[in-house]
Amino acid sequence: MGGGSVAVKAKAKKKTAPAPQTATPASTHPISADLEVRIRKRFPNPEGTFNLNVHFRALAGFTILFGASGAGKTTLLDCIAGLSDPDEGRIVVGGEDLYDSEKKRNIAAWKRRIGYVHQDLALFPHLTAEENIAYGLRSLSATERTSRSREILARFRLDRLRDRLPAQISGGERQRVALARALVTEPRALLLDEPLAALDRPTKSSLVSDLRKWNQHHRIPILFVTHHGEEVFALGDEVIVLDTGRIVAQGRPHEVMRAPRLETVAQLAGFENIFDATVQALHEDRGTMTCRLGKDAVELETPLVRAEVGSRLRVGVRAGDLLLATEHPRGLSARNILPGTIRRLEQRDVIIAAMVDCSGTEFEAHLTLAARDALQLGTGKSVWVVVKTHSCHLMGM
Amino acid sequence: MNWQALWLTVRLAAIVSTLLIAIGIPIAYWLTYSRWRWKFLVEAAVALPIVLPPTVLGFYVLVALGSRSPLGRWWESITGHTLAFTFEGLVIGSLLYSLPFAVQPFAAAFGAVDSRLLRASASLGDSPVLTFRRIVLPLSKAGLVTGFALSFAHTLGEFGVVLMVGGNIPGVTRTISIDIYDQVQTANYSSANHTALLLLIVSFLVLSIVYGLNRRPWAVGPWR
Repeated sequence: MGGGSVAVKAKAKKKTAPAPQTATPASTHPISADLEVRIRKRFPNPEGTFNLNVHFRALAGFTILFGASGAGKTTLLDCIAGLSDPDEGRIVVGGEDLYDSEKKRNIAAWKRRIGYVHQDLALFPHLTAEENIAYGLRSLSATERTSRSREILARFRLDRLRDRLPAQISGGERQRVALARALVTEPRALLLDEPLAALDRPTKSSLVSDLRKWNQHHRIPILFVTHHGEEVFALGDEVIVLDTGRIVAQGRPHEVMRAPRLETVAQLAGFENIFDATVQALHEDRGTMTCRLGKDAVELETPLVRAEVGSRLRVGVRAGDLLLATEHPRGLSARNILPGTIRRLEQRDVIIAAMVDCSGTEFEAHLTLAARDALQLGTGKSVWVVVKTHSCHLMGM
Repeated sequence: MNWQALWLTVRLAAIVSTLLIAIGIPIAYWLTYSRWRWKFLVEAAVALPIVLPPTVLGFYVLVALGSRSPLGRWWESITGHTLAFTFEGLVIGSLLYSLPFAVQPFAAAFGAVDSRLLRASASLGDSPVLTFRRIVLPLSKAGLVTGFALSFAHTLGEFGVVLMVGGNIPGVTRTISIDIYDQVQTANYSSANHTALLLLIVSFLVLSIVYGLNRRPWAVGPWR
């Protein structure tokens, strides 16, 4: 990033916005629901100065904001909601300027009509579920307020919890109340900061489908922050990858996440296994090549990319793409079958992470509890690690 | 037991602590949310009556209420008599004297409200003032009761300021603590003991209410 440059550089490749001097969004997009953000913000953090510098446009529907913690996701949402001020730039929603440093315009948070659900929900502890939901409907008549909040209570299956206080309902139910409270005000855009983080899988997916249904009738941009790769695929129409304050990739989830070209993206996209590798041989007839991992004797057959023998690359493999076998498998299409020893097993929710040492290179493989029990896996057990050629993703160094 | 002095004292304390709710809430609001860099000076000024000898405070209040001060002259031109040595003068002196006992619990309670709730309220369309009314005040109930009770109890037992500002006029400015002093001066120990004991019990009860309430800032709430 050009540290001292004044102009804000567009990091997004796909979407371009009209330059602020030549067109006003009101005239070019009279009824657009888009959210356009182009902001810079510097602030001190433990590692020195953090520089947020982003430019993107979110259309109606889900846009996933993906990045590790500390990538600047929450700061970005705070700026859009008006809870934090950028240093410069412009934020436009539905054709209206919420913030424009050139015009010295900065609409107060409470006038922005942007729904914001934070990870810790912030339900009002002294109000019942229904009162929480009706909170933002102050300007409506009492009957209108009741009918609107009853409707959304029903839609989010919260009817029976109407008179309970936040402390008296479960985590998943609280999440629903927080979401309903933001949606019932019919915001112009919705910001969700890891709203599913604390939920178990079934609760998560039912909440997501409720949200999707709602979004079909209310075509507004929804910015959804997560650092879980799987949520990106489950939700995303569009994904924006944020890394230390900058957008490093943007596009459809399968484009950005499945074929990462950038190391940062790869790390974020859940490649538990990333190895330095040297190209040993090219097999152009087969469309593959052989790579040696690190200094060890482990070789992997990977897809062929444009590379010279002896050049250095990085190989990423998802832990979920690895197979473990207790005997040497036969008649298998996978090209890489590596002998190894289980160093340790870790249980993460319903996943078992197995750390397998293959002649000095450690692979992380994910398997189910059932698979562990069926294969009687344990520390010290000899196994075979099976890697499909096309599970190996290559990145430049 | 001097019932006249007791009734006067209770009336004074009730009026003062009620007025302090109205005066103390805006001051505490400002102290909690202002980002003015010299705010600490105002905080120090508000806290001054805690450490200032009551006679010093009383002296300045007396001067300020006297017919040589603008306030005293203004009051005289309206009512025809001075503020000094009246019940109204006593109320003004007591307001200043008990101000920190209301403002500090109020400000502490406002400051203890989770700022995330305030942010949520803002994103739901409420202005800061509305947020204060709908979120901060209801969640500060214990602090408000504490401030009310403390300023009530504190006014109940004041002596120095009353003597300086109000003197010792039966039915007008003779409060219960001055009555005790009078009784001791006239060697009427058993009567002094009755009154003193009553004051002791009332003060203990008030403080018990305060500490009982503050055991838990609110009865149900996931964040405490």
